[in-house]
Order: sequence, then structure tokens, then C-alpha cells
Amino acid sequence: MFSTRNFNRSKPVLFILILFPSLLWAYQFVTGNLGVNPIEKLMDELGLMALRLIIITLMITSLSNIKPLKSIVVFRRMIGLFAFYYVCLHFSTYIVLDHFLDIQFIIQDIIKRPFITFGFISFLFLIPLAITSTNKMIKRLGFKVWKKIHYLIYPVAILASMHFYVLVRADKTEPVIYMGIIILLLLHRIFKRLTRPQLAQ
Amino acid sequence: MKILSSEITPYKTYLNRRKFIKGSLASALLATVSSSAFANHNNNSSIYNKYLNDSDKLNSYEEITTYNNFYEFGTHKKHPHLNSGNFKPRPWTIKIDGLVKKPQTFDLEKILSNVTIEDRVYRLRCVEAWSMVIPWQGFQLSELINMAEPLSSAKYVQFVTVFRPEEMPGQQKRTIIWPYREGLRMDEAMNPLTILATGLYGHEMPNQNGAPIRLVVPWKYGFKSIKSIVEIRFLDTQPETSWETLAPWEYGFYANVNPNVNHPRWSQGTERRIGEFKRRETLMFNGYEEEVAHLYKDLDLTKFY
Repeated sequence: MFSTRNFNRSKPVLFILILFPSLLWAYQFVTGNLGVNPIEKLMDELGLMALRLIIITLMITSLSNIKPLKSIVVFRRMIGLFAFYYVCLHFSTYIVLDHFLDIQFIIQDIIKRPFITFGFISFLFLIPLAITSTNKMIKRLGFKVWKKIHYLIYPVAILASMHFYVLVRADKTEPVIYMGIIILLLLHRIFKRLTRPQLAQ
Repeated sequence: MKILSSEITPYKTYLNRRKFIKGSLASALLATVSSSAFANHNNNSSIYNKYLNDSDKLNSYEEITTYNNFYEFGTHKKHPHLNSGNFKPRPWTIKIDGLVKKPQTFDLEKILSNVTIEDRVYRLRCVEAWSMVIPWQGFQLSELINMAEPLSSAKYVQFVTVFRPEEMPGQQKRTIIWPYREGLRMDEAMNPLTILATGLYGHEMPNQNGAPIRLVVPWKYGFKSIKSIVEIRFLDTQPETSWETLAPWEYGFYANVNPNVNHPRWSQGTERRIGEFKRRETLMFNGYEEEVAHLYKDLDLTKFY
């Protein structure tokens, strides 16, 4: 049931499922059904979706260590690219809809406001991950170099969750849950490394 | 309180400022039942329209009542609208204590029978960089202060929100330290712009907007305008306020709208007026500079933000 073949077959379904929210929000935005402050709402939804997808890619790696779930790793690239897709939409909403391409203001905002700084760096770190996501790139770079580049996902996840944490004014339960999950997943990786040093060689 | 759309229709006159001024204000006010019925109405339109700029348009009843920061009912903007149905704003009393001639507890009805309810259309600027234009009904805080007879030693006024976790689900969680507290300097409290509001759009104050009585201080960020007030205390020292206690590096006691003093999370230079697409420039003291700038002429506003 959890075979690579079955997972590969279900990819188109997953693709549509993850794409769907963005289409829905775009439709709701255009038709004026995103509430009283639609730009804020759109930005929040896109950002939250991106953060959740980033966390899911980390989870997939950990879960794929469980033998029967080994094959779920076939979903990781797609979900990672979707995370990038949602971050791009989130960032362009901020730039175009929220600040109307007022670049000078935006630069000031990125420098002065820590939560925007965190979010922006997180976005920058995601770019090389997206660019090097193809099989061709893995081959060209060699797996070792490629893997090193993709360690960037850790600062990406940490910065993205901090971006959310700082933004919330009170009741930080939700961002704390996300940070907790990220820390657990990181600890799991460290633990794995420490307990299997010979295999690394 | 559920409002049927059919009930809102008569208030369409509010939707456009010009119509609002020309239209029959008296009929709109007479439609107001209950709270305001106990009070004397002031039908002099010149009292409120001078507080608006030409580019200001009223926000809709729906916008004003479905997008609120009132953490007593939850931290999302839609929570106060969704979670305030069980709140009972009647009967209501306000306790007056501290540095006054005689500490006492007033029935809200008693207060309302002694004041003049006016229409006041004010801009409301949230610290989160969004804003609205809201037609309040209320009376000057100074009228209540005069009833309370504070001693000359009273330099500050503190306000306290009701604490009823069984009716206000947000209070069951310690997001901020309950009850919510706010404060003003005495001269700020006595300023004619400062009102206690008991209604909006000619309706009794909706639960999600701070029923049955709330403060409105239009030149300060929205969080200063404390809702559902049960206690007013006169003090000789600056009182602690909720957001300042929670994050003093972000929220000051004064919290005057000031485009030149940035908040670590939001640039205060611009704001999004709810219902508008492009941001607009934020005005000093939210556009009430003429009325209140003199209160702060000896104060370094970058230090006392």
C-alpha cells in the first residue's frame, strides 16, 4: 500500500489539493469574499500555508525513517516547491497589494522590523533550494554538495516560525506549537547523527 | 445581539457623509431604543461633522462590527463578533473610586439620565496600522468626571473592563492580564474630544464593540479606547495599563497616533483604511492635532510614545 509506485500515482491528487487553497483565496479576493480586510487576510493565509508546508517537508524526512513509510519521501520535493510557491505569493502580496510597490518603504520595513527581516531572510534562503530542486541539478552539483545546500531548510524553518512568533501580539500558542515541532524534528536529526556515526562514513 | 440586515437599512443615511449631515438626524436618533432613550439628545449636527476630513467616508455597520480587537472574546478579528453572543450588558453599574469626594457606584441608567448623548463621527486608528471611520453615540467623559467630583489631587484616571470569564471566553485564557486596564491623564480625560460611547450607527453598543459603555479617545491608538467599563478610579500617579505592562517597549502609556514614532512591528507612517485598496498617510494625532497638540507641548513624544 505505501509503495513508491502508489505514492507516485497519487501525486497529481496531492498536487491539486495543495494548489487548491491558493486558487480559492485568489477567487475570494477578486470577488470580495475575504472579509473586511482582504489584503491582510490573503497575506496571513498564504504565509501560514507556506510555514505549514515547510514544516511538512521536514516531517517527511523524519517519518521516512520509519520503514513502512519510507516511500513518502517521494512527496518531499513537490511539497517543498509548493512551500516556495506560497512564500512567493505571500511576498508578492506584501509588495504589490499591501505596499503598492513602494520599494523605498519596503526596504525600510525589511531593515527596521525584525519580524519582516526574519521572513525576508527565510525567503532568500528558500530560493537556492527551489533552483537546485531538479534531478539535473542534483547530478550537476553532486549529491554531497546538493545536500549541503539543502541544509538551508533548517534556518528557513526557524526564521519562518520566528517571523510568525514575533508578529503575534498576544496568545502565542500557535507559533509556539510550530516552533516546538521544528525543534523536535531538528533534535531527531541530531540524535540520528550521534547514534549512527559509522554509517556516515 | 443579532442585527438583521433589514434593521440596518434605515441607517443607510449614514453611508455618505453629505447625506448624513443633510438627512434627518432626529429620526435616526429616535430609532435608537433603550440606553439612549434615557438620555437627552443633542441634535446639533455641527458638533460632530467638524471632526471629519473631506476624504473620510463612514465605514459600514458590518465592517465596524465584524472586525474587532477585543481579546476578551478571542484574539482573532472575527472572534468578538462570533463569541460575544452570551455577554449580558444589562443591568450595568460603574464603580467610581480613588481620589473622589465620595466613592460610589452608579447605575448606568442613572448616568445616562444626567448626560447629553451626541453623535460623534471619529476616525479610529489601530496600532496595527488599519483604521475606520465610526459614527458613535455617546457623551463627553468630562460630564461623568464632573458627576464623580474628583479631588484636586487626582492627576490620572484609570479604567477597568468587566471580568466575566463565563461570558467572555477569551478571559478563560491568560493572553493578557485580566481585567483589561487603561488610563488617561486628567487633562486628556477632560478634553472635549474624549467620550464615553453607548452606541454606534444609532444602535445600542454591540457586545463586540464594548457594550454597554466604552471609552473613545480618537487621537490615540485604538487599544486606549477601553471597552465594557465597570470601574473608574482617580489617582495621583500614572496607572499601569494592560498593553504597556505586557510589552512596554512596544506600547506606551500615551499611545498617541504619531506617524513619526515607529512601532517595532508596524510602521506607523501609513495605514489601511478598511474598505480602501491603497494605504493612506497617517496623520499626526490621527488628524486631531488642532484639538489636542497643546496637551503635549512640553512632552518628548519619541520618549513618551
